[in-house]
Amino acid sequence: MADISSSGGPSMARSQSQTTKLALRIILYLALCIFALFYLMPLFVMITTSLKSLDEIRTGDLMSLPRDVTFDAWRSAWSEACTGIQCEGVRPFFWNSVLIAIPGVLISTLLGALNGYVVAQWRFKGANIFFALMLFGCFIPFQVVLLPMARMLGVMGIAGTIPGLVFVHVIYGLGFTTLFFRNYYVSIPDELTKAAKVDGAGFFRIFWSIFLPLSLPIIVVTVIWQFTQIWNDFLFGVSFSQAGTQPVTVALNNIVNSTTGVKEYNVDMAAAIIAALPTLFVYVVAGKYFIRGLTAGSVKG
Amino acid sequence: MSPILDVKNLYKNYGATAVLHDINVSIEEGDFLVLVGPSGCGKSTLLNCIAGLEPISGGDLFIGGQNMTNVSPKDRDIAMVFQSYALYPTMTVAKNITFGMKVRGVDPATQEAKLKHVAAQLQIEQLLHRKPGQLSGGQRQRVAMGRALVRDPKLFLFDEPLSNLDAKLRVEMRTEIKALHQKLGASMVYVTHDQIEAMTLATKIVVMKGGVIQQIGSPAEIYNRPANLFVADFMGSPAMNLIPAKARRNGNGTKIEIARKDGEPIVLTDTRNTDLPEDVIMGVRPEDIADPARLTSEHAQIAECLIEIVEPAGADTYAVMQLGGKHVTARLHAETSAKAGAQQSLAFDLGKVSYFEPETGQRLN
Ligand SMILES: Nc1ncnc2c1ncn2[C@@H]1O[C@H](COP(=O)(O)OP(=O)(O)OP(=O)(O)O)[C@@H](O)[C@H]1O
Ligand SMILES: [Mg+2]
Repeated sequence: MADISSSGGPSMARSQSQTTKLALRIILYLALCIFALFYLMPLFVMITTSLKSLDEIRTGDLMSLPRDVTFDAWRSAWSEACTGIQCEGVRPFFWNSVLIAIPGVLISTLLGALNGYVVAQWRFKGANIFFALMLFGCFIPFQVVLLPMARMLGVMGIAGTIPGLVFVHVIYGLGFTTLFFRNYYVSIPDELTKAAKVDGAGFFRIFWSIFLPLSLPIIVVTVIWQFTQIWNDFLFGVSFSQAGTQPVTVALNNIVNSTTGVKEYNVDMAAAIIAALPTLFVYVVAGKYFIRGLTAGSVKG
Repeated sequence: MSPILDVKNLYKNYGATAVLHDINVSIEEGDFLVLVGPSGCGKSTLLNCIAGLEPISGGDLFIGGQNMTNVSPKDRDIAMVFQSYALYPTMTVAKNITFGMKVRGVDPATQEAKLKHVAAQLQIEQLLHRKPGQLSGGQRQRVAMGRALVRDPKLFLFDEPLSNLDAKLRVEMRTEIKALHQKLGASMVYVTHDQIEAMTLATKIVVMKGGVIQQIGSPAEIYNRPANLFVADFMGSPAMNLIPAKARRNGNGTKIEIARKDGEPIVLTDTRNTDLPEDVIMGVRPEDIADPARLTSEHAQIAECLIEIVEPAGADTYAVMQLGGKHVTARLHAETSAKAGAQQSLAFDLGKVSYFEPETGQRLN
């Protein structure tokens, strides 16, 4: 064998190394598939369970596919399931979440972009301290701000309202959004700002005409991040809402916890999937921009 | 008429570090002023101060006779070309060029006309719909020029606009900029650290070092009569020979003695400079040491020198010898008989030498 490969010369050696490469590749993909399956398992169980009837759940196997596919559980979760005394499903709460998340995401992204632009390109006195404090804001645990925030919302007269929740999420997200935009904008050469100043553009004009059009990748990152944070939030939602303004996460909790008698696993699962759908959707649609945006560096002039 | 640009006693500090020290410069309409100096001497900072992009720490600044010290960049009636070109990456070439006019609310028809004119002038018509990322370095440079030209300002500011180009393109663009200047008759301030660029473009040169102006003058003045050792050494390629020598009064002239490695010193007689101190540094351009047959100045004096190295460079041949403990370069013609290791008689043009005080470096004659 040894003398064959040595007499075979370089082409033989190349084909051998190609074989090992292929083998490694197969092993790699195998491993990745196993991991993917492992992570997809809960989703699989959730989906199949949500499509089964209660009888089938009781008698059947957790992992098996549904015998008769039924969407009753989904209908019930969407518009009939009881969240405490009220039995309207997650639908009203879903809309609450939408009403909280969309303005919350837009406002915090826009303010973060402005903050990042100022900190990165208009280096005023104390810009570094300002930025450090902003960063510090990212790491304050939620629990710490609950009481002061409740008081604050009370003083502002927006306690328990949807604008109140938007306000909380904007404040809490600002640290992160500023960080994202600032790190993106520091890689933009300051001669660009100077050129625009000589061209006669002012603060907002430069931001609007030059920086925002450059920002698509980081806007996608920020929007995904903020949307996920706000949509999935439970603590603020449960603390600062009242009947009628609760977000879908709180409703989900109530559905799961408030059923009396038989536990309707299929409804619980369907409700959970409904609650998770928007974030899933955002990832699927914009996920590749997310990765691209995170790694996007300086701007080629 | 008042000068187009007048900088008076300008100071600039970054915190405690002084970057520009007592700068006084003025240029007339149509002047091409070149700021030249080694890296970090404050050229860009001065340009940014003139543009109003950096606040100044002291002094006054007039553009077109108006005090602009506290006026914002957009109201100074200037246009600037940056070292990195700073083209707006998301805009097409056409939008890049018209952005300034759009911001200022110029009507679209005028914008279009000016864009056409400038694009034709710079031969970038076929690039107008591209983004900066799709241009070569030279094309980007042209677009950056176009953005400045379209404004028709009182004063153009250029910060090393050619430093990112390769050598050949740089020479081409240099000629183009010069032609443009002659055609427009515009007033320009141009930063470079390339002394050849400075010599070829300028009508007036400012040589800077460490934030202090060393000399202001026409290219010929700077070249022939450098104000101090720094300028003498910085301007010209190959650099001026700076040879330590002894000066002795002798009748109606001065005997200049230059030590040699072995043997007697060379003695030259300067009949024009009679009140030199004993220790001087003699500055001689390489072309002022030449073959006796080719140097026909009335102040030429001939001396025998031992040639150490001969470097043919095409049109000329450089001969290197050791005088006064320094390597001295002579610029000989291409068919010279000079050989390494052999004696050669060379003519020194004493009509063109500069003398410097060794301690202070200041010019003496
Ligand atoms: N923002 C700043 N803070 C502190 N010092 C600065 C700042 N900007 C520039 N300097 C200093 O000022 C000096 C002059 O800088 P400048 O950019 O004007 O040099 P330059 O002559 O343009 O050099 P180059 O030829 O390399 O472009 C340098 O020593 C630099 O370190
Ligand atoms: Mg510079």
